[in-house]
Amino acid sequence: MIGRRASSAIVVVAVAAAAGLVLAGCGERPQAVSYKQGTYSGKTDQQPWSVAPWNGNKQQWEDAMRQRVQDQNEYKRMGG
Amino acid sequence: MARMKFLCDAERCIECNGCVTACKQEHEIPWGVNRRRVVTMNEGVPGQRAISVACMHCTDAPCLAVCPVDCFYHTEEGLVLHDKDLCIGCGYCFYACPFGAPQFPQAGAFGVRGKMDKCTFCAGGPEPDFSEAEFKQYGRNRLAEGKLPACAEMCATKALLGGDGDMIADIYRDRVLRRGKGAEVWGWATAYKLPPGKGTPPPAAAGGTKS
Repeated sequence: MIGRRASSAIVVVAVAAAAGLVLAGCGERPQAVSYKQGTYSGKTDQQPWSVAPWNGNKQQWEDAMRQRVQDQNEYKRMGG
Repeated sequence: MARMKFLCDAERCIECNGCVTACKQEHEIPWGVNRRRVVTMNEGVPGQRAISVACMHCTDAPCLAVCPVDCFYHTEEGLVLHDKDLCIGCGYCFYACPFGAPQFPQAGAFGVRGKMDKCTFCAGGPEPDFSEAEFKQYGRNRLAEGKLPACAEMCATKALLGGDGDMIADIYRDRVLRRGKGAEVWGWATAYKLPPGKGTPPPAAAGGTKS
């Protein structure tokens, strides 16, 4: 009795797994791109200030970048 | 901010290839692909110069104009980036680019031309910032970290400047005004000259001979 229940449970699991595999094929994302001549057709990019630590604060990101750029001027960095 | 640009000072570049190495290391660039390289002009003759070249992120980018699948885009900071998922590896951008920036990986059994790879100004690409997909396809996104491209920050002589075009132009102008031009730019006097009023100059700088 226990053996029959175990074997039927295995069959159910196997059928569910097979069904899952078959259905996974239906979940494929479309790979054909609809081109629009002369305009960028790819994915949109995030703005560099949209992520942490800036969290959308563009001014803060720009200030950090300005400081970083100015650090390339060794005359000012070294007080020469 | 204005547009992000690179500027290479040929008087300072010592052809160390530190920028090339920094780029390759930062983005784990495969063998055969060089997003940045150092070009030598007039090699072996007086007046030899070297400059570091990569994608110049053109305002009117020819690669963007010729791409048949329109996979290039301009970011708000003026960077020219592309979507590798769309790239078909045709090579038109390589023929159009005056700097030879587009690179094509040649891994595989028959050395087929893969999807184009180029300098991103360390700004990643059209994948979620800091994601594994972005790093694998485009490299590290230093710009979103508030940092400048690795090549420029790594440059030992600060020959390669990167960042806001107006600001790096000001830095370069300031530098040229201070150092002068011609023979004053390099040599003993430049390397060992003391600031005015600080001690006596070394004998060689004063016209003496080296012992």
